[in-house]
Amino acid sequence: MSNLMTVSSLAWLIPLPPVVAFALIILAAHRWRVLSRTIAIGAMGVSFVLAQIEFWNGVVGGRLAEAPLTSSLAWLPLREVESWLRMGVLVDPLTAVMLFMVTLTCLLIFVYSAEYMRDDPRHSRFFAYMSLFATGMLGLVVADNLLALFVFWEIMGVCSYLLIGFWFEKPTAYRAAMKAFMTTRVGDVLMLLGIVYLYSQTGRLDFQTLLSSSTVALLGATPSVIKGLSVAGLAGLLIFAGTVGKSAQFPLHVWLPDAMEGPTPVSAMIHAATMVSAGVYLVIRVFPLLTAGVSPLPVMALIGGFSALFAATIAVAQNDIKRVMAYSTISQLAYMLAALGVGAYTAAVFHLLMHAFFKALLFLGAGSVIHGVEHGALRSGQHLDAQNMFNLGGLRRRMPRTFTMFMVGGLALTGIAPFAGFWSKDAILGGAYAAFLESGTASWEFYVWLLLTTSTFLTALYVGRQMFLVFSGEPRTPAAEHAAETGLVIGLPLLTLAALATLGGFAGVPGEFPLLGPLLGNNWLLRFVGERYREASLNWGVMALSTALSIAGWGVAWLLYGHKPLLAGQSDPLTAVLGPVYPLLKNKYYIDELYAVVIVRPVVAFAGWVYASVDRATIDGVLHAIGRAVVRWAELNHLFDRYVITGASDLIGEAVKRLGQELRATQTGRLQDYLLLILASLIVMVVLYLFVI
Amino acid sequence: MAFVTNHLLSLIVFAPLAGIAVIAVLPRHNTSLIRWIGFLTTLLPLAFTLTAWITYVPGERGDFQFYQAAPWLPSLGIYYRVGVDGLSLPMVLLTALLAPLAALISSGITEHVKAYFILFLLLETAMLGVFVALDLVIFFIFFEFSLVPMMFLIMLWGGQNRNYAGFKFMIYTMVGSVTLLLAFQVIGLTLSSFDLVNATQAWPAFSRSLFGLSADTVKTIAFWGIFLGLAIKLPIWPFHTWLPDAHTEAPTAGSMLLAGVLLKIGGYGFIRILLPLFPEQSARFAPIIALLALVTIVLGALAALAQSDFKRLVAYSSVNHMGLVALGIAVIAAAYGRRELADTTILTANGVILQMFNHGITSAALFLLVGAVYERTHTRDLREFGGLGVVVPAYGGILLVSALASLGLPGLNGFVGEFLLFRGAWPVFTLVTALATLGLLFTGAYLLWTIQRILLGPLNQRWAKLRDISFRETVAVAPLLILMVFTGIWPSWILSTINATVSRLYG
Repeated sequence: MSNLMTVSSLAWLIPLPPVVAFALIILAAHRWRVLSRTIAIGAMGVSFVLAQIEFWNGVVGGRLAEAPLTSSLAWLPLREVESWLRMGVLVDPLTAVMLFMVTLTCLLIFVYSAEYMRDDPRHSRFFAYMSLFATGMLGLVVADNLLALFVFWEIMGVCSYLLIGFWFEKPTAYRAAMKAFMTTRVGDVLMLLGIVYLYSQTGRLDFQTLLSSSTVALLGATPSVIKGLSVAGLAGLLIFAGTVGKSAQFPLHVWLPDAMEGPTPVSAMIHAATMVSAGVYLVIRVFPLLTAGVSPLPVMALIGGFSALFAATIAVAQNDIKRVMAYSTISQLAYMLAALGVGAYTAAVFHLLMHAFFKALLFLGAGSVIHGVEHGALRSGQHLDAQNMFNLGGLRRRMPRTFTMFMVGGLALTGIAPFAGFWSKDAILGGAYAAFLESGTASWEFYVWLLLTTSTFLTALYVGRQMFLVFSGEPRTPAAEHAAETGLVIGLPLLTLAALATLGGFAGVPGEFPLLGPLLGNNWLLRFVGERYREASLNWGVMALSTALSIAGWGVAWLLYGHKPLLAGQSDPLTAVLGPVYPLLKNKYYIDELYAVVIVRPVVAFAGWVYASVDRATIDGVLHAIGRAVVRWAELNHLFDRYVITGASDLIGEAVKRLGQELRATQTGRLQDYLLLILASLIVMVVLYLFVI
Repeated sequence: MAFVTNHLLSLIVFAPLAGIAVIAVLPRHNTSLIRWIGFLTTLLPLAFTLTAWITYVPGERGDFQFYQAAPWLPSLGIYYRVGVDGLSLPMVLLTALLAPLAALISSGITEHVKAYFILFLLLETAMLGVFVALDLVIFFIFFEFSLVPMMFLIMLWGGQNRNYAGFKFMIYTMVGSVTLLLAFQVIGLTLSSFDLVNATQAWPAFSRSLFGLSADTVKTIAFWGIFLGLAIKLPIWPFHTWLPDAHTEAPTAGSMLLAGVLLKIGGYGFIRILLPLFPEQSARFAPIIALLALVTIVLGALAALAQSDFKRLVAYSSVNHMGLVALGIAVIAAAYGRRELADTTILTANGVILQMFNHGITSAALFLLVGAVYERTHTRDLREFGGLGVVVPAYGGILLVSALASLGLPGLNGFVGEFLLFRGAWPVFTLVTALATLGLLFTGAYLLWTIQRILLGPLNQRWAKLRDISFRETVAVAPLLILMVFTGIWPSWILSTINATVSRLYG
């Protein structure tokens, strides 16, 4: 028992060190760069150690699923203290694996940043923001209720705003920051309504009550304000809207690709360890609620399936090394949502963890490339956009370690055995196909599976295109030619992530898989986090098809870019292959432009109209007109007063007149109107007063 | 000591008058002494208020604490009656807290310093008096008294368009005062007592006809009379257009108190007077209030979005935020007598008071920051700034935190109030609540856009040598920042006081 107490109070401590680091750096240490970064990395290290204790305690103790660790405090007053809303921590198997992933990835990104951001003038500030960002994610993961989760969710939102706009002198950077905050806020306010709805229906927000089978059944049976939807269904949809924003799913995906305006470690943070993972984590967390009554799961699955394919098509035609990865993130997160939509709970968790490792690897790898090439640019004296893949080429020889690491990430992402992505993606595809088989006819589950399977081909195509453009052939610019391999501070985090992207998948190898399955503990992850949920059995056909499509994607990429590597100045062979479709993809289906025309500009114009026409012209106009009318009337009254009731000295009239004379001497113009209006009001007041008495 | 405990509220309210007496005899050219006396005087009500806050027992039996009554015009049933509960004490705290900060920031005032501080302290007494008054006439007197010093602060120490703004403020509020006074008189003369506590029992039960009109008609007219007076003050659309002008033209300290405290008199009046005295009318007209609140929230935010004057933008943000208070008031009004909504009502009432407190803190900070940058650059045109984050990082950080608190970022104070209000409004006015989220979006947009136009982007070289925030300004803004963060993390420090009272009122 005492052990339990210690371990659950440990959970309170996990998010704290980074926020303490944030405060220390901002308030005191920011003048000293090395001190600031040491504080940040050290604090992250403490969180990492605490999280590992929590995780391994769960793995070894093995009772987290039946008896999650919880502890909470009364926080938001309502009547007696028993009915207050409580804030607390909850550590169950899902939290445990998330803690493992988040702290490890964050720590690696922090270490990497020490080198990557070494020369930035706002070095200290960077580490402060990153620390707060980490606190946001850690707090979100250990939160025991929806409100606490939302609080940390938004803290992360603001950190991403600050970090995307870190180089805030650049218009592209601050615009991207604003775009990220506003786009996700659309989802956030809907999510807030969902939380408010659940709170007003149940009086509780803690996961243990909210997700208990009795509450879920009740919410699933209660009709909501929208006909045909249960409370669980509507609240579930609203909360899912939060995920659509945070995890950048269609139609709120537009912020994520621009978010790479931030420093590259930030991209790794957003795309892997924190921000976008939080969105998926949310729906995984509230999954029981989503299954109740008329469930929103099909909507989720279809948005997931669609976003997966949609983002993958765009990724194929991007030239910026980070932008390709950004669209890849949208696509991969969509896989997870689709997985949940078809009920493949563990597969979604699995892919969330594996994606975090290999996507962090890919972003940090891309950062390593950019760093190396910028170094080359300095040496060759050529200033260029180091992120444009058409300025690179031939880096395999210049940066062999980075190349290897990047390749591991690429193989994991495209789902080539035995790398991590192979196992997790296959679990999702298998789950979708099994759901289709179960439902029998050619239902929506089939289309979800079809969309996801098609996307595997495109995934391999854009990853292959990127690999060949960046690393094969000859350098297309002097900067690429002079690129230098990055140091070990960058290399070691890459190595660690590469190891995880290679071996991580072994945590979830299906038990039926010959040799490996039994050897690796018959799908440890499923037993650890997903025991409550069914998992599709291994489907060799699905596995073979997706692998074949992935290899085909690599093949096409090789034909276009690897077979005869591009030379400097040569245009993208894809333009010829895709013809009129290419500009559509390249310009992201013109959705940014569409939003600008349909939403942003009308709102700004409407705001101007509200101020000018409603407030100034109409309301103030009416008031001024009344003022003028009253003044006329008062003038008449004044004459009446002067000539008819002469001498009838009345104290108020006299006082007002004197005040009037004094002020009249100092004021001109409109002032007089108002002065007379005061007088008129006073008269009205007196008359009414007498009348009433 | 017994004297202090027995007269604590009177000491809070009238302590500033002692400062006025001292300043009145000082020579007018000794401005620094006047400033010091002025500032130190504002610490007296604060000290007494903190004493009250500490010794106040939430949930204690009996409605009001530190109650004190003395005959004033007993023949007319007018008594000096003061007392506080969980609704008023936070407002007293807010006022007592903001006054010293505003006094500190008044160092920019160089003309007629003596008159300025006399008016300033008079204003403080009036504001404090409104919140402790438990007699309709006493309430009204303080209500009116808060008006005149404010008008002079605007007209004598204001910006370029100060005469227009000052008079507009005066006229608007006076029209409201007239209707308020008439309604009070009907109530007081009918009941032969202006005792607010008594009136909350007797007036709703009153059912005889008056002036040949049925009780319901009279009550309805009186309801709208008081409504108008308070709606102008809060403000509720379409009675809000005095606010942007008054806030924009007032000197910084004036804007801080105007937005920080004076608006709250409107919201407080609704909960203290209008809803308890007119429960049936309130319930009947609640949907109208809710709709006006929605318009206030959304159009207020949109109008803020349209501003290029920093101060006017912050002023409109007050309209936007007070709209949420109005929505909460509509919810409490609508929930009258509906047992199944008791929890909702309690949460909403908690939210209304907290939102007012929070807005007081946040808007005061924002106006302080507007003043700070105006003092250095002599412009408030957002289009002329840009990139200041590089030259004034501390100022930038404080502005950022204040703006985030204002937009309701979780972890800071504003969110807790907004969450309570949205939670409260959802089951009662679901569609209105859903549409009000548009206001949240636009609020985010105008605040971030402001941040962007001031702090981000390439530096406008005109401001390359701008001074960062001064020590005095830091001292003035630090308590506000601490409250923003602390209330966001641990709101029950204040909510438990509010909750104890509203749980008894609406439970």
